[in-house]
Amino acid sequence: MEKSVVFNGKLLPYLLLAPQLAITLIFFYWPASQAIWQSFLREDAFGLNSEFVGLENYQALFAQPEYYTAIGITVVFSSLVTVLSLGVALLFATQADKNLKGGSVYKTLMIWPYAVAPAIAGVLWFFIFHPTLGTLARPLRAMGFDWNPMLNGTHAMILVVMAAVWKQVAYNFLFFLAGLQAIPKSVIEAGAIDGAGPLRRFWTIIFPLLSPTTFFLLVVNIVYVFFETFGIIDAVTSGGPAGSTTTMVYKVFADGRLGGDLGGSAAQSVVLMVIVIALTAIQFRYVERKVQY
Amino acid sequence: MVEHRPLRDLVAYAVLSLGILIFAFPVYVAFVASTYDAATVVSGNLPLVPGGRMLENYYRAVFVGGSRFMNEPVGVLLLNSFVTAIGIAVGKIFISILSAFAIVYFRFPFRKTAFWIIFITLMLPVEVRIYPTYKIVADLRMLDTYAGLILPLIASATGTLLFRQFFMTVPDELLEASRIDGAGPLRFFWDTLLPLSMTTVAALFVIQFIYGWNQYLWPLLITTKDSMQTIVIGIKKMLTTTDELAEWQLAMATAVLAMLPPVAVVVFMQRLFVKGLVETEK
Repeated sequence: MEKSVVFNGKLLPYLLLAPQLAITLIFFYWPASQAIWQSFLREDAFGLNSEFVGLENYQALFAQPEYYTAIGITVVFSSLVTVLSLGVALLFATQADKNLKGGSVYKTLMIWPYAVAPAIAGVLWFFIFHPTLGTLARPLRAMGFDWNPMLNGTHAMILVVMAAVWKQVAYNFLFFLAGLQAIPKSVIEAGAIDGAGPLRRFWTIIFPLLSPTTFFLLVVNIVYVFFETFGIIDAVTSGGPAGSTTTMVYKVFADGRLGGDLGGSAAQSVVLMVIVIALTAIQFRYVERKVQY
Repeated sequence: MVEHRPLRDLVAYAVLSLGILIFAFPVYVAFVASTYDAATVVSGNLPLVPGGRMLENYYRAVFVGGSRFMNEPVGVLLLNSFVTAIGIAVGKIFISILSAFAIVYFRFPFRKTAFWIIFITLMLPVEVRIYPTYKIVADLRMLDTYAGLILPLIASATGTLLFRQFFMTVPDELLEASRIDGAGPLRFFWDTLLPLSMTTVAALFVIQFIYGWNQYLWPLLITTKDSMQTIVIGIKKMLTTTDELAEWQLAMATAVLAMLPPVAVVVFMQRLFVKGLVETEK
């Protein structure tokens, strides 16, 4: 789509574009190309010299058992958060779609956690499940369950998943509710006339019609879990105990900063970039398909 | 709707109320913890109703700072967060409305190229290029400055795409009319396009304010001075100490303060928030 009536201008359009292009080139393209370039270099221990080592950083990366652990943790973490936050949000959205009295109040009370910073969400959940202070950890321990997310990797994972889901449900809820409200009532009524009960109608009519929304949310949620949950992990577990919550993004951060392995960290950044670009491409292909319907 | 059974509404109310309670619970506990003294919180027997130390704790958190580990009072961190969040929101709106105006309302060489240069940035979140970006900001001597906190985060395609989409819906007749009145491009932008765009501007502002306020990784990397930290970073620093010694009641007061502005924005500007959220994700 293009405008048919436009201005003539030789210099003005470039001036208008200049601020955005300058910022983009300085803070996007330059660092991104640096990351790619660095992934082919190895710095000496003092960071004074670097030499071109070709694909060595990548070979070293994929020879590291820790990297496969981090990939595994990322897969487990993102699947748990995505499935749980989508499922819970869909349950609440179907309930809120029933034209209840005070529905808008419920909606407001449902969506506010979106505004809470991931790191803060992490701190809140860490506090109530803190092994000695936690309001909810004490009953667990009193029942004889040795709850300790600071020592037990599985417990730590459960904790970061809970915090991440808590924050993400709000977003999914909003989009599911909008999706549900866009389904024509006549279709559902037709199902009812044919004698389908509420559950049957949900699985055979509503859920399939909701699939574009679900697919869109699936991609958005995976990107969310990959990147935005960094704050939760850093605030709650710092990737521990013993690396059991170190996701791929966390490892980029930890290797570059604490380990000082810039080449390895850059190689990991490049792998992440490829994943993000693939996810975005999938999303756009889907958007285009939807437009052609 | 189809069949109307009171029981089903009852179930809906019950499920939603339960969900809302679960959502509110962590925040409620944090609030309760922020109203007791350190000894009660550390004892592990936190009551479920607020105590009487609320004003004292919040006063100490905002104006005095913690006794042992927190160097800066939260008041300073709140100010930093406000400056950063507003800077990011305003900066993004400013650069993206101008670039969208150029791309939609002008024809010039490399127009498509410029669009794609901006568009591709959608795919690269800060997290995948943190260390090189850090180095550039350090070379530009912007560590520990507001510019360093703000500028790298305002480069993003979302705003440009949003305004482009909106400008495409503005009728061409408006442009023709202002041309007949003898208005140049800047006059048209200022007198016609900008007033029409105000809802979009406001919606984008709401979303970007929340985005800026909640930033974590970037401020964590580039602030070394305590006095330049944002409040979200401040909480993490407060708790990075042996647990027994952390001043949980102050940390929780800080957490509550850190949540208030963005949550207030969502609650009180819900319509704009939803509009912004839905449109930036298209």
